[in-house]
Amino acid sequence: MKEIKERLGDKLLKIYEHTPNRIYLDIKREDLKEVVEYFFLDRNLRFVTASGIDGRKEMEILYHFSEDSTGKIYSLRVKVPKDDLKIDSLTSLIKGAEFIEREIFEMLGIEFTGHPNLTRLLLAEDWPEGIYPLRRDEKGIRDLKERNWEKKNG
Amino acid sequence: MAKAVIPIGPYHPLQEEPEHFLLTVEGEKVVDVEVHIGYNHRGIEKLAEHKSWQQVTFLVARICGICSTSHPIAYCNAVENLCRVEIPERAKYIRTLVGELERIHSHLLWLGLAGHFLGYNTVWMWVWKWREPVLDIFEALTGNRNHYDMLLPGGVRRDLNEEYFPWVRKELGELKKNLEMLSKAILDDPVIISRLKGIGVLTPEDVKNYGAVGPTARASGVKIDVRKDDPYAAYDLIQWEVATCENGDLLDKVVVRILEIFESIKMVEECMDALEKVKGEVMATIKEVPPGEGIGRHEAPRGETFHYVRSDGGSSPIRHKVRAPTYVNLPTCKATLPGSQLADAIIILASIDPCYCCTERVAVVSDKKKEYLTQEDLIKLSWEKTEKLRRKYGK
Repeated sequence: MKEIKERLGDKLLKIYEHTPNRIYLDIKREDLKEVVEYFFLDRNLRFVTASGIDGRKEMEILYHFSEDSTGKIYSLRVKVPKDDLKIDSLTSLIKGAEFIEREIFEMLGIEFTGHPNLTRLLLAEDWPEGIYPLRRDEKGIRDLKERNWEKKNG
Repeated sequence: MAKAVIPIGPYHPLQEEPEHFLLTVEGEKVVDVEVHIGYNHRGIEKLAEHKSWQQVTFLVARICGICSTSHPIAYCNAVENLCRVEIPERAKYIRTLVGELERIHSHLLWLGLAGHFLGYNTVWMWVWKWREPVLDIFEALTGNRNHYDMLLPGGVRRDLNEEYFPWVRKELGELKKNLEMLSKAILDDPVIISRLKGIGVLTPEDVKNYGAVGPTARASGVKIDVRKDDPYAAYDLIQWEVATCENGDLLDKVVVRILEIFESIKMVEECMDALEKVKGEVMATIKEVPPGEGIGRHEAPRGETFHYVRSDGGSSPIRHKVRAPTYVNLPTCKATLPGSQLADAIIILASIDPCYCCTERVAVVSDKKKEYLTQEDLIKLSWEKTEKLRRKYGK
């Protein structure tokens, strides 16, 4: 943990240990690629997945990295403001990030700049534009059906 | 040579699961593959936000019928991590026993299917016949052949009846004998060897790039196993070894799974020995779930299952993220498939032991007036659509 603090310096906003094997780090959106390079390439950790969360005030993405030699999970928390839902894509660095970035894109509407194929992963092709199921203010399918109905029938 | 695209799916004719691959072929050679998932998306993560902490255990058990205790173990680990709760020792052994029995039945299922995909139906018939006693063991110990629902955050719901243990030992002993015979028969067969050796190789570099887990990674010599690396339940209380192979081809994926079955049989026996000595409670009380975050993992038969939960102190999670092993193992076919023969494509795609119900998790059907559509409503909707099409095309 000391090593991480020294290496990241002021890029690290907060570091917090929930239990000895679960470590959460807050970083800035601009520094994401650099910090991930340090964890994925220099420390040689395994990319597990990313969790996109609608945290009321802003969107959060947690990138989970697993250190298999010690059993620790480092979760990098990046906050994305709701009026500018954009973040750098990691797919060019980690091939395994392609699916999860597409999933967060369709579920929360966060755009990943530099993603080679930012299309829907799980939702149907005829799912309407601009409806993001995992957002907190999304009313659900009832609301959606009404909107579709209005669109079709004027 | 001209390129052609062969679609497999959206419903796999052989594997009977919703998966969709677009294979680009040049003659008999596969040059590219495109993967589509989402045909059967069910919205489990969204549903979890509307259920209580206890109910979610049974919801996640229904993510998958084959590994119906893997998701609950990972979820309970996550909630216990969030609450910083330690479960009783007896409950730890019971969780390990159920988890390992599940690995035995799941690997046997895959082994049989792999034989079926190769056109070697004897393997399929034999292995599935031997899998039945394992399901009987489940029924005797937990009350169900599938969806055992043994877990709750804090421990296990039921204690095991130790009267069955001698019979379980006898059945597992017979399974071991049968498997020894089968593994010799498979590994001696020149046809099987020529179909599997050197085919669909996954390199350790690709394991890292795609983040592959479980037997898929271990067959390539990457020694990762959550049970060893980040022990939970009783995995640090019993003696066992992680099975790995080196070549990363299809043969090694078969071998690594057979080795794991033998290891799991040993672990189940050890757990039964321990359960005969360790007595006591099987449930720790969790009064309330504090605000915070928790991460739980479990080494499912197909690899690491990852659950992330967040609480605001209320009665249900405000976010529940599930990452099933197939989600990261499936894209590895982009590395293993190109360059292979079309005839090998089916077994290469099946070599990761894909589980689509785990990979696709978001389905609530509702209409304007009613809350949910019933079966009759759906049939009616289908009739209406047929009628509409008939009118449109004048037939």
